[in-house]
Amino acid sequence: MNFPILSAIILIPLVGAFFILITKGDYKNIEKNSKYVAIFSSAANFFLSLFLWSSFDFTTSDFQFVETKIWIDGFFKFQLGIDGISILFILLTTFITPVCIFSIINSVKFKVKEFLIAILVMETLMLGVFCSLDLVIFYLFFEGGLIPMFLIIGIWGGPKRVYSAFKFFLFTLLGSVLMLIAIISIYWLTGTTDVIELLNIEIPDGYQKLLWLAFFSSFAVKMPMWPVHTWLPDAHVEAPTAGSVVLAAILLKMAGYGFIRFSLGLFPVASEYFIPLVFTLSLIAIIYTSLVALMQDDMKKLIAYSSVAHMGFVTLGIFSVTQQGIEGSIIQMISHGLISAALFLSVGVVYDRFGSRMISSYGGLANIMPKYAFVFMVFSLGALGLPGTSGFVGEFLVLIGVFQKSMMVAVIASLGVILAAAYMLWLYGRVFYGEVSNKDIKKLTDLNKTEIYIFACLAFLTMFFGIYPEPLFNTINVSVTDVINNYEMRLK
Amino acid sequence: MNTITYILPELFLSLTIMILLMVGVFIKKSFKLVNFLTLLSLIFTIALVLNQTDVYIKIFDGAYIIDKLSIYMKVLALLFTFFVLLISKDYLKINNISRIEYPILILASVLGMILMISSNDIIIFYLGLELQSLCLYILAAFKREDGKSTEAGLKYFVLSALASGLLLYGCSLIYGFTGSTNFDVISENLVMSNMGLVFGIVFILVGLAFKISAVPFHMWTPDVYEGSPTSVTCFFAIVPKIAALTIFIRFLYIAFVTAINEWQTILIFLSLASMILGAVAAIGQTNIKRLIAYSSIGHMGYALAGLITGTSSGIQSSITYLTIYLVMNLAIFGCIFMMRRENVFEENIYELSGLSKNHPIIALCFVIILFSLAGIPPMAGFFAKFYVFMSIIETEMYAFAIVALVTTVISAFYYLRLIKIIYFDKPKKHFTTDYDYGLKISLALSTIFILTYFIYPSTLIHLVSTINFN
Repeated sequence: MNFPILSAIILIPLVGAFFILITKGDYKNIEKNSKYVAIFSSAANFFLSLFLWSSFDFTTSDFQFVETKIWIDGFFKFQLGIDGISILFILLTTFITPVCIFSIINSVKFKVKEFLIAILVMETLMLGVFCSLDLVIFYLFFEGGLIPMFLIIGIWGGPKRVYSAFKFFLFTLLGSVLMLIAIISIYWLTGTTDVIELLNIEIPDGYQKLLWLAFFSSFAVKMPMWPVHTWLPDAHVEAPTAGSVVLAAILLKMAGYGFIRFSLGLFPVASEYFIPLVFTLSLIAIIYTSLVALMQDDMKKLIAYSSVAHMGFVTLGIFSVTQQGIEGSIIQMISHGLISAALFLSVGVVYDRFGSRMISSYGGLANIMPKYAFVFMVFSLGALGLPGTSGFVGEFLVLIGVFQKSMMVAVIASLGVILAAAYMLWLYGRVFYGEVSNKDIKKLTDLNKTEIYIFACLAFLTMFFGIYPEPLFNTINVSVTDVINNYEMRLK
Repeated sequence: MNTITYILPELFLSLTIMILLMVGVFIKKSFKLVNFLTLLSLIFTIALVLNQTDVYIKIFDGAYIIDKLSIYMKVLALLFTFFVLLISKDYLKINNISRIEYPILILASVLGMILMISSNDIIIFYLGLELQSLCLYILAAFKREDGKSTEAGLKYFVLSALASGLLLYGCSLIYGFTGSTNFDVISENLVMSNMGLVFGIVFILVGLAFKISAVPFHMWTPDVYEGSPTSVTCFFAIVPKIAALTIFIRFLYIAFVTAINEWQTILIFLSLASMILGAVAAIGQTNIKRLIAYSSIGHMGYALAGLITGTSSGIQSSITYLTIYLVMNLAIFGCIFMMRRENVFEENIYELSGLSKNHPIIALCFVIILFSLAGIPPMAGFFAKFYVFMSIIETEMYAFAIVALVTTVISAFYYLRLIKIIYFDKPKKHFTTDYDYGLKISLALSTIFILTYFIYPSTLIHLVSTINFN
């Protein structure tokens, strides 16, 4: 295996973006060609990552496909590599990106070329986050993702886009700079930022706590955890549909991935110490944001708050540090990636046709758009964690994992499941059932073919992993065991 | 006899200045020719300096030093002067200030800076400084029919003379208490229990802080930057900083190296205050030149931060920071020179509104440069900050690092505001785009450097890591 397949996966979208950049001609042509290029490069990337998955060795927890190059001489290496956990996120990223690109055919009306470039650059950066095995490289990709997202929200967003874009950028930047200090400190403490080496180095306890907090500040903002979640609803509401999808489906997962890889992996003592903190914040996130979600009039905002609640489950699971808890978190992240992407796309469908995201403008939509109503139902059920959808698998495992640590926490977290059912079903009821109160919506057309295909893919995966999550477990099992063993070994 | 060969670049430059003066006087309307010859002579001087790459020598009784630091900084100064002249050609022509004195004054001030860079003696340093400053006063007031330009020149002159006075006073104190003007001898004779010496050091630092526009001696910067012709502002913002930082290093790390405890606190204050003021004060600015002035105050704070550490890696990080920052500055001025409608150079930032629609490529350059100035990876600006923080954290100044990083977040706000105006706002009238090739090429080169620096950052590190003190 000498072919640098990870670099290829990271670079393909960038190459695609470059080709789009140099397309010339009249506007129509540019738009058409750049769409083809974008779809082609992102789809090619998806197939390449499928190939990566198929040639991946599930029996070992070592990092595979490792590529090392000298980067900053004498200081840092450019090192890529994946294990069972990262490959799932790579697959998620490469899958969601083409879906996004398909979806923008309706939702982005101007500067299509630039939008595609931004999405592809975004894909490169996100893949880089999941592949990098050096803290500095990780930071580079992690932080670089701000630029395209800022532009996506700011240029193609809704009326309050400027405020939201700034809030998003400054919140996450403030969180991340502390991580930068931590990374540099780690370098001076241990002499390396190579993650493989660092996993075998014990960092002194006193330092661990500070470093953990610094990493936590960055990941907590990105995740987002209560009380630093406030940028997310704004960003989601104002971002264009494709932007929301990328944000919810992939960007938030970078933090979860970071928690598993770095917080647990590098600072086990501190992680153990701060478990009560994380549990408290997560529980508040689950209960509080679920209640807030109940109050929303804006569909996108409701889904955004539900994301915060779902991410609360993820942090609970990760910091339960049990096999079930962590696996559940990873599956919850993947499933949230699929379901929230689908939900944002669904909201995008009516928003593009009707120009409103307010729940009150709709009502009785099931009579007018039956196919759409069906699709939305599937994903709502997924979001509330109905057995048979992937949402159930994740939440259920997380609760089992947490139960082993603390029954009280598990019980309170379970309340979140009920609240999720409440806000999702209430949303569904208000939008789709009842009389058609607003005459204007009678003109709305049902889903077209592209949309049906996109939703069918997402729905298929949601249900497939709900019924048969075995492929996911197979992939992550060994790596998660290793994370836990490593954690417990170093704790002693 | 032999020592003369070591100062060939300086000799060549002085000769060129005199010859060009003759050319300018005897040939009518010779601006183009003089400008061209100036560019050529700069390249030739760079070649002469590079010829000394492996030399380490102190000549003229130890008063003049040629080492890695001086060579690196000289090349930097000459190179950036070359680019500054290249990008300001259009501006000079359109504003009718394309007089032969302009390139000659610039050359003379560069000569002053080169003397400063190589000085190992207070007297040489002061001579270089004055030669440089006198030329800069005239340059600031170069657009003499314009009130603002004259005002800038006068302001700069008065304040700068005050700073020079303080500097000179400090120098005399140092001379009085150590008995020498040579940096090496000063460092040997430095006895820190002596209050007079502390005063001397403080006065010298104040004078230097003024030249580098560090807070609280920054007052002149926004006004002078705004009032001077943009081409001069561009020169101000780039080249004198190189010389000032070098002389900072020479004073701190050669002459006052044993007094590190005394100057460290002062420098921490200068650096932090510059960062904070640079970040906060720039938020309200609407004139792009003023904005750049505040941003440069902030950036000089970071450049000084590396010097605080007292380590070799600290100096190296400062030099790297300066190098990358100057490239960004050159690039942003390239963009500013492109803000032209017919014969009017726009300076209000709202004139940039909707630039992305009218001129997507300029907008793209702008956005890359601004993200780089804000220090967002993977742009070069991030690495500049990264190296500085590496050296700060190496010496375990965590609180300093955190405050410094918070100011980067604050300063990100005003860079983002510019990006917002460029990308999110409604377009205004088109700019006139018949740009000179020099401008286009310089902007393209610097932007490409900023964007692709992350691919292979080792070259610059290698280059800088040869600069070493003890």
